[in-house]
Amino acid sequence: MTTATLSRQTGAALWRNVALPILAILAALLVGALMLTLSGFNVLAAYSALWSGIFGNARNLGEAMMRATPLILIGAGIAIAFRCGIWNIGAEGQFYMGAAAGALIGLSAGDLPVWLSIPAALLFGALCGGLWAAIAGWLKVRLGLNEVVTTIMLNYIAIGIVGYLVTGPMQEASRYNPQTDEIAAGMVLPRLLPGMRVHAGFLLALILPVLAAILLFRTPLGFALRAVGYNPEAALHAGINVNRQYVLAISLSGAAAGIAGAVEVLGVIGRLYENISPGYGFTGIAVSLLAANHPVGTIFSGLLFGALTTGAELMQLTAKIPSAMTFSLQGLIIAFLVSFRAMQGRVWRRG
Amino acid sequence: MEWIVGLQALLQATVRMAAPLTFTAVGETYGERAGVINIGLEGLMLIGAVTAYAVAFASGSIWLGVLAAGLAAMVFGVLFGVVTITLGANQIVTGAALNLVGLGLSSFIYRAFFGTVTDRAIQPLETVKTPLLSQIPVLGPVLFEQNLLVYAALLLAPLAAWVLNRTMLGLAIRSVGEHPKATATAGLSVIGLRYGAVAFGALLAGVGGAYLSVAYANQFVENMVAGRGFIALAIVVFGRWSPLGALWASLLFGFTFALQLRLQAANIQIAYQFLQILPYVATIVAMILLRGQSAQPKALGVPYTERA
Repeated sequence: MTTATLSRQTGAALWRNVALPILAILAALLVGALMLTLSGFNVLAAYSALWSGIFGNARNLGEAMMRATPLILIGAGIAIAFRCGIWNIGAEGQFYMGAAAGALIGLSAGDLPVWLSIPAALLFGALCGGLWAAIAGWLKVRLGLNEVVTTIMLNYIAIGIVGYLVTGPMQEASRYNPQTDEIAAGMVLPRLLPGMRVHAGFLLALILPVLAAILLFRTPLGFALRAVGYNPEAALHAGINVNRQYVLAISLSGAAAGIAGAVEVLGVIGRLYENISPGYGFTGIAVSLLAANHPVGTIFSGLLFGALTTGAELMQLTAKIPSAMTFSLQGLIIAFLVSFRAMQGRVWRRG
Repeated sequence: MEWIVGLQALLQATVRMAAPLTFTAVGETYGERAGVINIGLEGLMLIGAVTAYAVAFASGSIWLGVLAAGLAAMVFGVLFGVVTITLGANQIVTGAALNLVGLGLSSFIYRAFFGTVTDRAIQPLETVKTPLLSQIPVLGPVLFEQNLLVYAALLLAPLAAWVLNRTMLGLAIRSVGEHPKATATAGLSVIGLRYGAVAFGALLAGVGGAYLSVAYANQFVENMVAGRGFIALAIVVFGRWSPLGALWASLLFGFTFALQLRLQAANIQIAYQFLQILPYVATIVAMILLRGQSAQPKALGVPYTERA
């Protein structure tokens, strides 16, 4: 391979994985501006409020990192599932299961040494999230049920179960609010920077995507997963156990979402209650897609969406603009990105 | 006789809860028969729900609201078509994006325009008793003592089945989902037929969402569709890609919603969360029971290109 072809390939990869996402973000912001104008808001005021909500001071950046933590963890997991061609839309439910598991350990393992209790909470979160996802995987490969529908139904069921837990068996001792007691003080994840809410879980969000990438791109198992995603029939003919890869991929994806849930309980909330997730599981899908389903890329897209969420919350406070707009922006970014990629594909086919 | 009154109320609620699912699922059946799967139904229903509410609130006319809801959702359906049919992007990914857009947009519009409004209730859509037929014991009140949108949903399914199975248009739609190349060879426009089916499906999803805000809750609540768009997807599979099948499946799911509400009201000793998840558990159970009887269109989810 000559240097010229190598640089051409790098150029194409840069274009596809950096330039197109940036274009998609700009296009989404443009449509967002139209939305704001039509609703009678001042676009300049709105977007400058969004900007200062993100970069206004260091505290906001710490807040964005805190928001990004569950998004990156979930996104990196979803990347594994999507690379294998199994559509896990159930990260929200898997997050809830992981959160419940984390809270259970957090409430009961306070007497154990921290080096044991915190990993136990995270592992139990991973286990519960993974098993919850495995249900959909099993239903797909054994009974042929479409995982898009089953994972979504499992979301509602998981949220219902957590609702039951915090009003029933796990409810706080005073029985006043639908929530658990606070977890053992020693198990609260330490803050990384003074005065900011970003916690040690963020480090995990930097490590886990790298591990996921190594698994996907540097191991035989990862090769098999990607082969199934690329062409399941060819993979079958090549002697790969396709069904096992599907169940494994969605379970790993669920485990990552489960860790995210446990981390959120240990690092941010300190207890479990009914609506602990503002749609992290769904934003996590967008995070993975924006990163072209590359786990390491989710660190960047997760930070972006984390920043967007923090910025929008402050925009709502300062400029009175509904923060729900962020969901639209996320959807638009993905819609534009897949459109641009499809257009590029057509241009290439023609040329 | 008290149990008859109870049963009658339960079945009446069943039909009422089934109507939005019927609209959405019949529409999606058309889209999927044409080879396009739209998992963005939840987002489309939310757009329909907020549009119908806002227009009905501003104009005082519920029907204007329903019309606007259908048209607004159709616009988004056409945009979905541009990305998936014209550009050939992945339908699942685009549908997921549509859900996010619908969720964000509906909440945004509601908070932007109604955040400061204190009296947000609108006139409910009134119940219309069909003369004579509503006198039939039990069945009368269940089927013939409903609002006009419920009647529309009950009539829509057989009509949609007739068009799909007995007309040239229906044949064209079905063939484009099975063998798009053959359809093109026969001189029909694959792209045009798919756009039509997707737009029609989106319009009905918009009406389904409108039903929830203006005919059921008489207000808009953020994220009020609560998974019905996804249940409609399951209903299409459950109804084996037929409009009448979708109607029966909708009634079954309407029953789980109605039962859940009645059991909660009856104050029985089960945690209410377990009743709330009943429709979602029922979806999975129903899918398990009906597995393997796939009548899935062959070209479902596969983008069409002339050279392929």
